[in-house]
Amino acid sequence: MSLLPYMINGISVGGQYALIAIGYTLVYGILRLINFAHGDVFMVAGLVMVYATASMPIYLALPLAILVTVVLGFTIERVAYKPLRTAPRMSLMISAIGVSYLIQNLAFYITGGVPQPVSNPIPWISDQVTVLGASTKRVTLLTPVLTIVLVFLLVYIINHTKIGMAMRAAAKDFETAQLMGIKINAVISMTFVIGSFLAAVGAMLYFTNYPSVAITSGGMPGLKAFVAAVFGGIGSIPGAVVGAFIIGLCEEVIKGLGYTTFSDAFTFALLIVVLCVRPTGLFGEKVTDKV
Amino acid sequence: MLKIDNLHVAYGGIQALRGISLEVPDGKIVTLIGANGAGKSTTLRTITGLVKAASGSVTLDGQELLGQPIDKIVSAGIAMSPEGRRVFPDMTVLENLKIGAYLRKDKAEIEKDIQWVYSLFPRLEERSWQLAGTLSGGEQQMLAVGRALMSRPKLMMLDEPSLGLAPLVVQDIFKIIREINRQGVTVLLIEQNANMALKIADLAYVLETGTITMSGTGAELLADERVKEAYLGKQNK
Repeated sequence: MSLLPYMINGISVGGQYALIAIGYTLVYGILRLINFAHGDVFMVAGLVMVYATASMPIYLALPLAILVTVVLGFTIERVAYKPLRTAPRMSLMISAIGVSYLIQNLAFYITGGVPQPVSNPIPWISDQVTVLGASTKRVTLLTPVLTIVLVFLLVYIINHTKIGMAMRAAAKDFETAQLMGIKINAVISMTFVIGSFLAAVGAMLYFTNYPSVAITSGGMPGLKAFVAAVFGGIGSIPGAVVGAFIIGLCEEVIKGLGYTTFSDAFTFALLIVVLCVRPTGLFGEKVTDKV
Repeated sequence: MLKIDNLHVAYGGIQALRGISLEVPDGKIVTLIGANGAGKSTTLRTITGLVKAASGSVTLDGQELLGQPIDKIVSAGIAMSPEGRRVFPDMTVLENLKIGAYLRKDKAEIEKDIQWVYSLFPRLEERSWQLAGTLSGGEQQMLAVGRALMSRPKLMMLDEPSLGLAPLVVQDIFKIIREINRQGVTVLLIEQNANMALKIADLAYVLETGTITMSGTGAELLADERVKEAYLGKQNK
């Protein structure tokens, strides 16, 4: 029995986790907040994709799904986090948990609690292809490529554009960033927009492989991506990506070895170990010292 | 140029400023001296919009600044080098300067101003690719001043530029402040190092627990017995 198909799958799953994990890590970097609603934003993206692809052509449906997700992320920040800008961090976290439940319950209300079947929403990427003798869906190959392209784009934006510079400044020091004339609220909104956009792309790739989207569908991938972000070093984008690929790969290889039951347990055991041994993760916050 | 009128600021039930009025005339160096907790930093932070005032007015060339968002105040021509320098440690020196010009769109002019800042602080040019966090305290202070200059301010505010620096470095910084002023930037300076501040100031105010108790030219206050007693120490007598 070959592990190759599992490894191909693992890289693909890792890419999907990475797209979600970046949302956690970006928001944490700037607000020091674990955005617990992020997994639910991901779920909403999946739901909207299912509804939209069923009722309109795909070239309208996918942009619409992305747009709705981005607007949702933006709105969550404006309504639930912005009023708490000067509040203790714990209040912000409680607000995030509240938003998570609110979204799930709204989704319950809209779907009637019935998992919405995913019926081949994006036909081309669901085609079967054969790589190195392993048969898989085209989406499995597309995911890591798309992830890497988006990550490079994001890193470029952060390091070489004005808004990116503002994001880095705000992540370090709100007050001084404001003294430079940076509109802090616009920068924070921007991070939520980017995070939600990537989560929407991730959702499209992720749910193509699943039979249905339920209101709790965001929970598990959200948690896994969160673990990936912590593993990589929360606040660090390369960390989140590397962490996500490692976790995705490990999970699938464990399944390939016949221990499917333990694949989730592995991820969360890893979280505990990382938090005990190296809480700053692989690429934890860089501290610049005088030389 | 800058005019503060009957400014009241309170936070958490504490009256930090109890109706201060002062004026910073065009082209001058004005200093605000006082002990810890007298309200010096609060005054600057209120002018920039970081702290909200309870009442009063702050005008720049007749334009009311209170209640304006910070970016509007910066683009109106006010820049600040904050207390403790607060450079962005994991950005390079050059990026720190560029972010000082965040609100400006005139690329060619920004490039010119970077050269101008480098001519004021040659040390920054040598280290332009170094991360700001790796600079010495004095270099970080130069960078904080340079960064503030990059917005091409009419009024430059400096909050304790001598804090934690060696005496020789402090002299350098003050020399530069004079030079900047000579090149046409009005300066509002806050200092605990009253001696240095009064020597370069055209106009000085003494702040005590939220009220201005004395004012005059720098030389007048340097000679004043009460100022000597309270802020300059016996050895200056």
